Amino acid sequence: MTGLRPASDDVDRTSAAGLDHAPGHELLRAVVEAGGEGVVLCDRDDVVVMLNAAAARMAPDVLIGRPVASGEAAALFDRDHPEGESREAAYGKRRFQVRREAFDIAHHAWYLRDVTAEAARTDALLAERRRTRFLMEAGRRLSASLNLRRCARATVELAVPFLAEVAMVVLPPSGRRHVAWLRRAGQDQPIQEGTVPLADTSLVPGLAEALAGFPPVPSRWLDPGQVPGWVLPEGFGPAGHLLVTPLPGNGVPAGALVLARHEHGPAFDEESETLVRVFTSRAGAAISAAALYQEQSDTTAILSRHLLPPPLPALDGVELAGSLRAAQHAGLIGGDFYDVYLPDSEGSGGPLLALGDVCGKGARAAVLAGQVRHALRTLLLLEDRPDRLVPLLNRSLLASTAPNSYVTMALSTLAAGHDGHVLMNLAVAGHPSPLVLRADGTVEEAQARGSMLGALKSIVVAPVTLDLAPGEVCLFYSDGITEAVGGPTGREMYGTQRLKAALATCAGMPVAAVVERLEQISTEWLAGDVQDDRALLAVQARPAR
Amino acid sequence: MSSTILSAENLRAAGETYLERIGEADEYGAVDLVLGLLDGGVPAERLLLELIAPAQRRVGELWAANTWSVAREHGATAVSERAIAAIATRTRTEPTRGRLTVACTDGEYHALPTRLLAEVLRLRGWRVDFLGANVPGPHLITHLHQTGPDAVALGCALATRLPRAHATLTACQAVGVPVMAGGAGFGADGRFARLLGADAWAPTADAAADHLDRGLPGFPDPRDALGHLADEEYTHLTRRRGELLTRAMTALTAAYPPMTAYRDRQLDATAEDLGHIVDFLAAALYVDDVPVFTGFVGWTRGVLAARGVPAAAVQAGLRIFHDELRDFPRARHMLVQGIEAARAGTDLEI
Repeated sequence: MTGLRPASDDVDRTSAAGLDHAPGHELLRAVVEAGGEGVVLCDRDDVVVMLNAAAARMAPDVLIGRPVASGEAAALFDRDHPEGESREAAYGKRRFQVRREAFDIAHHAWYLRDVTAEAARTDALLAERRRTRFLMEAGRRLSASLNLRRCARATVELAVPFLAEVAMVVLPPSGRRHVAWLRRAGQDQPIQEGTVPLADTSLVPGLAEALAGFPPVPSRWLDPGQVPGWVLPEGFGPAGHLLVTPLPGNGVPAGALVLARHEHGPAFDEESETLVRVFTSRAGAAISAAALYQEQSDTTAILSRHLLPPPLPALDGVELAGSLRAAQHAGLIGGDFYDVYLPDSEGSGGPLLALGDVCGKGARAAVLAGQVRHALRTLLLLEDRPDRLVPLLNRSLLASTAPNSYVTMALSTLAAGHDGHVLMNLAVAGHPSPLVLRADGTVEEAQARGSMLGALKSIVVAPVTLDLAPGEVCLFYSDGITEAVGGPTGREMYGTQRLKAALATCAGMPVAAVVERLEQISTEWLAGDVQDDRALLAVQARPAR
Repeated sequence: MSSTILSAENLRAAGETYLERIGEADEYGAVDLVLGLLDGGVPAERLLLELIAPAQRRVGELWAANTWSVAREHGATAVSERAIAAIATRTRTEPTRGRLTVACTDGEYHALPTRLLAEVLRLRGWRVDFLGANVPGPHLITHLHQTGPDAVALGCALATRLPRAHATLTACQAVGVPVMAGGAGFGADGRFARLLGADAWAPTADAAADHLDRGLPGFPDPRDALGHLADEEYTHLTRRRGELLTRAMTALTAAYPPMTAYRDRQLDATAEDLGHIVDFLAAALYVDDVPVFTGFVGWTRGVLAARGVPAAAVQAGLRIFHDELRDFPRARHMLVQGIEAARAGTDLEI
């Protein structure tokens, strides 16, 4: 420092101006050579006037006396490159960070830094992130459904376009002859579905083995040229690369995933094959769990078919409507039941209605309810008078090996009277007495009484006969309706009085509307707090037209 | 029947006859009428949407104005159900497209609009599972696992069912099935369908069918929680519903002297009306929307006026809740607006 200027932060400490020992040309040259960056100095016509050894090594096309943007190096030296800013550009197999600085009116310099290794590391990191994101999304979507088709669909939707242009899930053969497949070919394409003869799967290289659960073979061993037409969508052209991977289920193969890429696309490398294996293990687990669930729910459906409320038959002169709401939400079955029995060709009596309530809730109660319905059907072959039928049913329940086989029930025969009237012979066994809605809107409780079934050897049955004029309704119900606790305060029992009042407002309605309205009122009373099974069955003497 | 019946004018005239017949619970008459039109060349979709749907809207208005009794209203709806079934049987189509599940929200009993949608979708070639009114959430989810439909169409006619509709919607999306929302409950402009994260919304059955023609996302994206629920007013209001109504009944008897002479059934009806106020208030809090509440107050004021209950009684009820809900600033604001709506409303004219 000369002392002419005060020492301060403003002082340009990088400049040699004013120093006695300013560096010479050789020294500056050596400094430029020693930096790791390539330096190319150009004149105003973009002709190279100087370059260091690093620049010569990085860009062999750049020569002194020639325009800087020569040959392949043109990619690095963009005339519009803003001064002072960096950008990345590829040159040959390497990537460079390029910066341009102007010095005086006549000169500007290009600085080059080789970032190939850095870029490769970044690319690898980004690719890893994409794979992680892909697998997370796969986990989220594949764990969502217990439906076989939805899981297979999610698998092909996830696979395209991330893994391949075409993805096909071939499901395990369910019968002997055919296998089902789902395919997606392109992001905007709808999912396609179909089946092929089992024998045809052996035409796809590696598929028969994958379906049998053998470990996958590397893609390069499979000849994409042999792929049969049904694997690829129309217009796809020949497949360039093929990868067939088994979907390993929980112990049993869950099918296979076939991936195809275009001829001009990249081949399946080791990394992508590993990724596909991780993906298929997740997809396979989801598909096989769904298959297991489907099998079990099919079995349950078969077993519980007879426990569901029956479709109500069309009868002469009467209209029927029923509603059954099981307390346990997911199941439709419970301890409340109703049924309508029609006399067989040899029977003499009329139809019989029954609505009952077995002890307990859920599947256990439903099984007992099913047994009671079946016992009733059998006993009806011998006896159709309610006062005799009920003691027989009691004996059959007492003989049952199942514990707590207690049942309450209301049952009635139906017979045609004069002028469209319907005559009912009604017996009640420990059950709420049915209500009768008369044409004038009054509601009566049927006066039948009797003991619960399945508890005592000797029971009392006092049946009554009812006469329904056209339009009048007899309503059978279970105590789940009247003993429902809820209402505005949430603590009140619904009670028979309210049911009677509600029924009274239904005068003149078709019987289906009566049942629907009463069920609605009951559901609203419970306000979402379902406590017990609820059953309603109503019979109406057909209104006069 | 001649082909002139195809004009909208003639269809409207037939609609009048149809309304008369369902009003008399004349099932055969109503079914004969629609099947006659169908045989005469009126497309089934038009019968469903331009004859039955408007007639049913009219039924609702006639009930609200106390012109029709509740029995007549239910009878008419039951007959319309039969008429729809008759059209469906006559026009059975082989499904050519994907599978859809159509259901009403848990607690929702206005099944007819949803039923109409199910039939329109069937006519358009979908394979449709119609689960009916009041479908409990777990039941719907089991059905989705078992059948794997491409989408669920969820109907909600009343705003009070929105919280449960939201739970159902979220559960459907969690098992990877997109949901299309519809019905008046989601708002005339579908704003609650958007708020609750439905994948699509449509104002009418044919718009819904058109939308489904264009397709829904294959897999729904996860949604954000509703931020305004952080104040827990909704949670506390629903939890305290019973206690709140018990106190409101006592307070209302003091504030509105005619109530002392009410009989059991009238008291039940009053408690029910107060319950509706709380339920709509809760729904309005849930979706953070004042018009849900004020709209209900205006409507209920009209319905009660048609049945001889003065607006003063409605205002008294609202004031009691306003006084009770001291720590509920959002609810109190809605109640103030509600009181204003009860004062300003006009009687229903039918």
